[in-house]
Amino acid sequence: MNTRIEIDAPQDSGESPETTDYNWEYSPAPERMQVDIKDRYGLFINGSFRSPVSKKYFKTVNPATEEVLAEVAQAGAKDVDKAVEAARAAQPKWARLKPTERAKYLFRIARRIQERSRELAVLETMDSGKPIKESRDVDLNITAQYLFYYAGWADKLDYAFAGARPKPVGVCGQIIPWNFPLMMAAWKIGPALACGNTCVLKPAETSPLTALRLAEILQEVDLPPGVVNILTGAGATGQAIAEHPNVKKVAFTGSTQVGKILAKVCAKKGKHLTLELGGKSPNIIFEDASLDQAVEGIVSGIYFNQGQVCCAGSRLLVQESIHDEVVKKLAHRFESLRVGDPLDKNTDVGAINSPEQLKKIEHYINVGAAEGADMHSCPVGDLPPKGYWCRPCFFTDVQPSHQIARDEIFGPVLAVMTFRTPKEALELANNTPYGLSAGVWTDKGARIFELAKKLDAGVIWCNLFDAFSPFGGFKESGFGREGGRHGLRPYVAL
Amino acid sequence: MAIGRYNVRMDRRTTDAVMIEQRAQAMTRRSIKTEAKQAALRLAIAMVDLTTLEGKDSPQKIKSLCRKAISPYEGSLDLDVPSVAAVCVYPSLVPVAIEALANSTVCVASVATGFPSGQYPLDIRLADVQQAVLDGADEIDMVINRGAFLSGKHEQVATEITQTRLACGPARLKIILETGELETYDNIRHASDLAIAAAADAGSIENGDVFIKTSTGKVSPGATMASTLVMLEAIRDHYHATGVRIGMKPAGGIRSAKTAIHYLVMLKETLGDAWLTPELFRFGASTLLNDLLRQLVKQATGHYTAGWDFSIA
Repeated sequence: MNTRIEIDAPQDSGESPETTDYNWEYSPAPERMQVDIKDRYGLFINGSFRSPVSKKYFKTVNPATEEVLAEVAQAGAKDVDKAVEAARAAQPKWARLKPTERAKYLFRIARRIQERSRELAVLETMDSGKPIKESRDVDLNITAQYLFYYAGWADKLDYAFAGARPKPVGVCGQIIPWNFPLMMAAWKIGPALACGNTCVLKPAETSPLTALRLAEILQEVDLPPGVVNILTGAGATGQAIAEHPNVKKVAFTGSTQVGKILAKVCAKKGKHLTLELGGKSPNIIFEDASLDQAVEGIVSGIYFNQGQVCCAGSRLLVQESIHDEVVKKLAHRFESLRVGDPLDKNTDVGAINSPEQLKKIEHYINVGAAEGADMHSCPVGDLPPKGYWCRPCFFTDVQPSHQIARDEIFGPVLAVMTFRTPKEALELANNTPYGLSAGVWTDKGARIFELAKKLDAGVIWCNLFDAFSPFGGFKESGFGREGGRHGLRPYVAL
Repeated sequence: MAIGRYNVRMDRRTTDAVMIEQRAQAMTRRSIKTEAKQAALRLAIAMVDLTTLEGKDSPQKIKSLCRKAISPYEGSLDLDVPSVAAVCVYPSLVPVAIEALANSTVCVASVATGFPSGQYPLDIRLADVQQAVLDGADEIDMVINRGAFLSGKHEQVATEITQTRLACGPARLKIILETGELETYDNIRHASDLAIAAAADAGSIENGDVFIKTSTGKVSPGATMASTLVMLEAIRDHYHATGVRIGMKPAGGIRSAKTAIHYLVMLKETLGDAWLTPELFRFGASTLLNDLLRQLVKQATGHYTAGWDFSIA
């Protein structure tokens, strides 16, 4: 049916192009900043580093190379005593300080974090395995923003709780996870300090180095001794902090399993408690959604930070009519996902945080295959010989009863399921013990509002993926909110 | 001849503005260094449609442009600089360009169809195309009828594109959407799908026969990363559906080598390495060429040279 008009024309443009063999590979682009790491770190108590009474140390390793980065003190019960005592002693004076003065300290910490952000980003990546792109562009930015934000609240608390004359709670025990080590530290100490509390903070045992760097910054800005104490250690240390009689409030971000233990501890002693726990969040895509953008949302939802995100969109619910197309687009998107050296500025997916976590993820990948779901794996080349690596993947033909559709995997593993009607989507979405977050992708505004009302999730994204404030969950995802004005509430007595 | 097979009620693809801009922004965060940078600079040079579209264009200016197009770098270093892909001129200057580019690999592209507004009767726009092709143009850069598009007469826009492609004969067709006037990403996406489908109505498309192009360069904004990404997504969907590779040409406002590399990253990560060829991707630009050369010299010598070290076109 070619009816083109025949015209004599030069021949050099007419021939059809063959696919070129051209292969443009990005050259390695490693972040070259050298970061000084001491051989051994003590506990940060009452404004200075000291050796643990326990005399015990543990090693923290770079998950991308398995290289030992440093030895870190393991705080025992006596160390916890000392830290809590320092915090208790410092608290009345800190609370009496003019609020604008408290704000000044927080502003100073935030500014110093910004000034040292490159160093902190590199250290975060070395200790946790997350890509430098993320620690540099996301973690460090949010860390500083949080502190700036809560610095601003310090002298305005009367307006946050109109007519209620908010008082500090006292000493806060704060236990944070390994997936966003420095950022979580800022989420915890920012509102606590702004409200006049003092803290005993425990970073996770696999990624304590940036919190210890934060301790150095606290020294640099002359924060009064005892206002923030940082104790490294494992679960026992966390439990000792939570059980300590002088700790009035416990804030925990981490697994649901540990959250349940802490809930018992705090219930017995009548302590304030906020829990930010696990999730199995649904990302719901309707046929009228902007599909290419939805695919980006899926990718950042489950492969950001190797999927080690409490609010990861780990269940993908796709309307049946677009299932094949979405899967095709996702598989295509996999081709440009770069997995490897976390310190390379072009890396999208880095290393898994610890061998234990990798084992858990691998277990679920095997279970998914054994349960009969179809696995699609990211076509990356050879992964580095050392370190803890997991190829990002997704499963199709997943049933709601499959383990990979029910359990939190905390890794780059996505379970894809289909639905036909909004009602079915809602049923599937809420069919989980968790309730942290949910995503809705549709061009129809009314549908977004309708679903947002009915989804059991603390955070709901519409055509976007991001961790908004106030942040927190329902059901087994915990209680209490972080970020924004809501984030002040757990740190004041009204 | 099947004109108007394009169905205006076909599936409309929407584009979410927040996410597309976020994704386009992410493309600028890649770190392109050393060998990868040199390869990108050379590739970008080979992809340039060296353009002059001024009322005051003279035969002399076109000759100088053509010379620059054939051998962009006249300095003393051995930089292995390729020729650009094409020169792009007004129809009246096509004969001058044809003569000046004889025995070179550089193509002659002519804007046509009442460029830049397209506000002329269809027969005049088609005659414009036919004359340029008769005069020897290898490539035709047409403008779509934005007035018709924005007033909802999509079938009319499609029919005109189909007829323009027929009038092109063997010449390659680049369809300018003028994204700055379409304004929304949804419009850009719709116009992209419409243009590709309408061009296919004129006869089967071989890889690279048809391009879609962002802008005339006469309207602000010209090409943006996000509007280009919308069009690349339309090209990708067409490829997945048919196996045919449509070309892409961002134009208007791409002046620095750094920006050009961002576009190449976006091209690679959206469509894959197969599109990394002048047969499937062009930059509509004029000042870009010297910045690419300047960066190439910097890669070779380690320092920047002055602007006057590079000949103007």
